[in-house]
Amino acid sequence: MTGKTSVLDVQGLVKHYSVGRGLFGSGRRRLHAVDGVSFAIAPGETLGLVGESGCGKSTVGKAVLRLVEPTAGRIVLEGEDITALSRSALIAKRRKMQVIFQDPYSSLNPRMTAGEIVQEPLINFRIGTRAEQQERVAALFARVGLRPDQRNNYPHEFSGGQRQRLGIARALALGPSVVIADEPVSALDVSVQAQVINLLMDLQEEYGLSYLFIAHDLGVVEHISHRVAVMYLGKIVETAPRDMLFAEPRHPYTEALLAAVPVSHPRMRRRRVVLKGDVPSPINPPSGCRFHTRCPIAVARCREEEPALLGDSSGHSVACHLRTPAN
Amino acid sequence: MAQEPVLAVESLRVEFATGDAPPVVAVSDMSFEVHRGETLCIVGESGCGKSLTALSILRLLPRPYGRIGAGRVLLDGRDLTTVSEAEIRAVRGRAISMIFQEPMTSLNPVLTVGRQIAETVMVHEGLSWQDCMDRALEMLRQVRIPEPERRLHEYPHQLSGGMRQRVMIAMALACRPRVLLADEPTTALDVTIQAQILDLIRDLLQETGAAVVLITHDLGVVAEMAQRVLVMYAGNKVEEGSVEEIFDAPSHPYTRGLMAAMPHLGGGRGKRLNEIPGVVPALDARPPGCAFAPRCMQAVARCHAEAPPLVQIGGTHTVACWAHGQGAQA
Repeated sequence: MTGKTSVLDVQGLVKHYSVGRGLFGSGRRRLHAVDGVSFAIAPGETLGLVGESGCGKSTVGKAVLRLVEPTAGRIVLEGEDITALSRSALIAKRRKMQVIFQDPYSSLNPRMTAGEIVQEPLINFRIGTRAEQQERVAALFARVGLRPDQRNNYPHEFSGGQRQRLGIARALALGPSVVIADEPVSALDVSVQAQVINLLMDLQEEYGLSYLFIAHDLGVVEHISHRVAVMYLGKIVETAPRDMLFAEPRHPYTEALLAAVPVSHPRMRRRRVVLKGDVPSPINPPSGCRFHTRCPIAVARCREEEPALLGDSSGHSVACHLRTPAN
Repeated sequence: MAQEPVLAVESLRVEFATGDAPPVVAVSDMSFEVHRGETLCIVGESGCGKSLTALSILRLLPRPYGRIGAGRVLLDGRDLTTVSEAEIRAVRGRAISMIFQEPMTSLNPVLTVGRQIAETVMVHEGLSWQDCMDRALEMLRQVRIPEPERRLHEYPHQLSGGMRQRVMIAMALACRPRVLLADEPTTALDVTIQAQILDLIRDLLQETGAAVVLITHDLGVVAEMAQRVLVMYAGNKVEEGSVEEIFDAPSHPYTRGLMAAMPHLGGGRGKRLNEIPGVVPALDARPPGCAFAPRCMQAVARCHAEAPPLVQIGGTHTVACWAHGQGAQA
């Protein structure tokens, strides 16, 4: 799975935060946001990263970009280890790895026009003459479905969907090979969400982009991903090619997540197994398998021993003492 | 349903008046009924007027600009739009209660959850404080909060999002309301917690027989919860029917568009989603004729000029589109 074929290869990524002091001043406590996450993304591939609030999926995205510094792990982008690169060397590599955020409004400078926002990366990287930059901006506007005259508008003059198009145009300006998309459609209405998902899929085909697509909506993830990784409390509990994951989920958490998704037709209503309780705190994650406190099939071993993520030849990996990949 | 509806909204118009300009109409000619034990889902996208419809039922429209411009809201036959302030206050939280999307903003952060529930009971039923606290505890138990005796004395920030929503539900149901208005009650929650809350609402309603108006943008939630469905677009009802009628034969182009645009499990992996081109028109820029016409693939000249009336196309199924019913023959 690793090696030359992947554009982005992440091994053993860890991000811990220290939070406040313990009640009796017994040193700082550690919040385990991401705890040993590994994955690789091939050219033109979308890896969907799903999980509930607080599972660490967004932190994975930020740590891969080194927007937050990973505590441990290795990030290899197009064959080059960027984990230890200096700030200036890292910035040069950012050309190849761009990001789209959930809320385009808070990630666009309100005092710049839309045209300036998309042109800014080209200026920062000194790409082309001003005239060439303008031309590139015009082409990007056309490609993401914005009108040429909207280049002089400010972010607040755009609708939510148009702002996300603007964020996409900015991310594409430098011709990246990997785009980290963190909940890019969660804030949008359904009809507009479909427009943006289609656009992302078209752009991938056209430019051979790889996506790390971080989302909580399993319907959206199933739609856009080639492979899917499911996270729970800072760890990947299952990863598989899309069809396999949705048809034959193996980890009890993946099963529960899929069962919780509302049905698409009233005739499919059923009494489902609902997970009890809430996700435990990542400050003191449960011992053993982190899911054992909510797992319907947990046994004594699950409380003590942490299961490893074990894979089979089909690329289906599961971290569970009781469930192994299908073949 | 031969029996009288618990709640009937008739030709409701919600408008906003600012300065000397003519008022902007946010919701027009909205009518629906809900019966005992029935769940009506109002579905639509941001800005379609679904929340304003719910707020106007309890006369909670933002002041001073929002107001009910026309229409009646009948609770057991009594028109709530004309009763006094004191009378509507007695209705709120007792006969009709409401839960919102973000429980943290509707709970008082400096009062324990027990006290907040008990206060509601105190105001409406005038029991002794001890009885009110007992009721609060009983409600926490009913909404299946673990360790209710301990939670009773905790503050909202000590609870998770799912538990806060349970507290909201406990408070809303504490006085056994006849109608529950739920405005996107699970939108802020994770999918496994959403499943818990939807199951809880369904079970509790079966026990109490309250009528429910559930407002959502999520067709999945509609498919799970509704007996009847009302689809809104740009302040208008565009389609209404039983949940089967709507999901088996969605008839307004907007309803069909919404269904096709929504990615759902097992549906068309890797294929393009159906888009609805364009965006919802702004309040003050709603087109004449059918408000959906500018985004509608089937629109003809008449759609741009004349608003289509609601026509019946099946058992309890109505739609406002020139392509249907009498409109099509005319």
